[in-house]
Amino acid sequence: MLIKKPRNIKSSDITPESVYLNRRKLLQAAGLSGTAALLPQVTRAADIPARYRKLEGIIKSPYSTSQEPNPFEDVSTYNNFYEFGTNKSDPVDNSGNFKPQPWSVTIDGAAEVTGTFSFEDIMAPHTLEERTYRLRCVEAWSMVVPWVGIPLGDLLKRFKPTSNAKYVAFETIVRPSEMPGQHRPILDWPYREGLRIDEAMHPLTILATGLYGVELPNQNGAPLRLVVPWKYGFKSIKSIVRISFTETMPYTSWSDALPGEYGFYANVNPEVDHPRWSQARERPIGAGFFASKIPTLMLNGYAEQVAGLYTGMDLAKNF
Amino acid sequence: MNFPTTRQVRWLIKPVWFLACLAPFVWLTLAVFGLAGLSLGADPIEETQDFIGIWALRLLLVTLALTPLRLLTGQVWLIQLRRMTGLYVLFYVSIHFLNYLIPDQGLDLGAITEDIVERSFITLGIAALTCLIVLGITSTHGWRRRLGRRWQKLHRLVYAIGILACTHFWWQVKLDTLEPTIYAGILAVLLGVRVYFRLIKNRKAQQS
Ligand code: HEM
Repeated sequence: MLIKKPRNIKSSDITPESVYLNRRKLLQAAGLSGTAALLPQVTRAADIPARYRKLEGIIKSPYSTSQEPNPFEDVSTYNNFYEFGTNKSDPVDNSGNFKPQPWSVTIDGAAEVTGTFSFEDIMAPHTLEERTYRLRCVEAWSMVVPWVGIPLGDLLKRFKPTSNAKYVAFETIVRPSEMPGQHRPILDWPYREGLRIDEAMHPLTILATGLYGVELPNQNGAPLRLVVPWKYGFKSIKSIVRISFTETMPYTSWSDALPGEYGFYANVNPEVDHPRWSQARERPIGAGFFASKIPTLMLNGYAEQVAGLYTGMDLAKNF
Repeated sequence: MNFPTTRQVRWLIKPVWFLACLAPFVWLTLAVFGLAGLSLGADPIEETQDFIGIWALRLLLVTLALTPLRLLTGQVWLIQLRRMTGLYVLFYVSIHFLNYLIPDQGLDLGAITEDIVERSFITLGIAALTCLIVLGITSTHGWRRRLGRRWQKLHRLVYAIGILACTHFWWQVKLDTLEPTIYAGILAVLLGVRVYFRLIKNRKAQQS
């Protein structure tokens, strides 16, 4: 399969910091800085709390979008992570006791190399890349997030999956003492997700360990999470402790809870509505009070790179 | 048990109640402009929708609680708070609706029509709002006199509004129905108390 690179990647397209700063000054001069909810904001390095460890040796990636990322504040306070509660502010409010270190991941199933590996061993051979991706939530809002991570495919290949490995299944940790949302059986814990092996091997699919150049905040799925930018956000499972190569389509949490509303594929698709709301448009988070919704793009704007994975499939049926 | 005097109700209780019901609006206004350290967070449009929606529902349940409270405590003056509270519900639902129309949908008539026709929770919301407007218009003394006994009947619509609003809430949550269940439970208790008193009244009427 031919992998096309996105067109919009020139680094000169990215707004230099000085422009942000000037814009801020202009707004302040106009006396507008108090209208917090009405104006979009931008993140500078100084806005990221010092408690987050900086990640070293990150290289840029041609797969990044040149769209301006949402501020760190939005990315780290507006989350869906039901293990910490079902409100958007619950993850940041309730994840303070979560301990992402030490961490290990079990690799099992149809592969030659299996076992339990420390987070450090998992990451050691890989080079961290910054991947600024659009994120489209199934609830019809979106953000742009500068993830830091590694291509999932590069990692999976190290375990030498056999020809029986048709799918890859993922599991989130179960730790109710540190994840208060797990005290109630809202979903059938552990949270589980899965991909077809070719989706998992696709170069756009990454395992993220950070964002904005620092390690992942707990509320964003520390220390290790999936990011599949052309699928609704719930596919991008957080705080992963198990990766299994399977022959049959794995169990996935949301499609088990509400099979009529969430499918295995969960590809972003403006033409297939959720039964209770339209998926044709989305609200970009941080665009302010009177910014209108924007049209949702097929496969979240990554169709050029990934549509080939689904040739001949009825996407309305395989939603 | 002591009852407040008419003067106390008019000059103390009602103004305090008025201000108490206004508090969510004050909070929202401050938060919209980022004043007093308040903020609507990363998605101000949705936060406004949810915040004002939940307060509309709470005040609706308060409105519905006044009669049962009167029946249980004998504090007749409580009824004098009913109209003001009900009008506040209309006020908050109107903000909820305008927030939906303008910031949320950007007045896109196609999308709004599709929502009203296809999304049952929106359909229910519109039905509840329509009923609330009718009750709001006919809440004046003039209309009360004009409608006579029919006024009472018309204003029983408020029960239907309660059921519509709770179902509206229930149908729009993604998975976790705990909160809507609690509100629906409170509504059921409030309606239950009325049914109970109605049954007692009927039995007494039969005996005499
Ligand atoms: C009696 C009338 C109404 C009441 C009491 C009411 C109450 C509520 C409540 C409690 C919520 C949930 C808030 C939360 O998730 O915390 C809600 C959500 C919502 N309401 Fe209403 N509502 C009413 C009428 C309407 C109308 C007329 C519309 C628009 C046509 C509307 C549109 C919405 C929308 C779009 C949401 C969902 C926001 C989201 O996705 O989070 N509602 N409402």
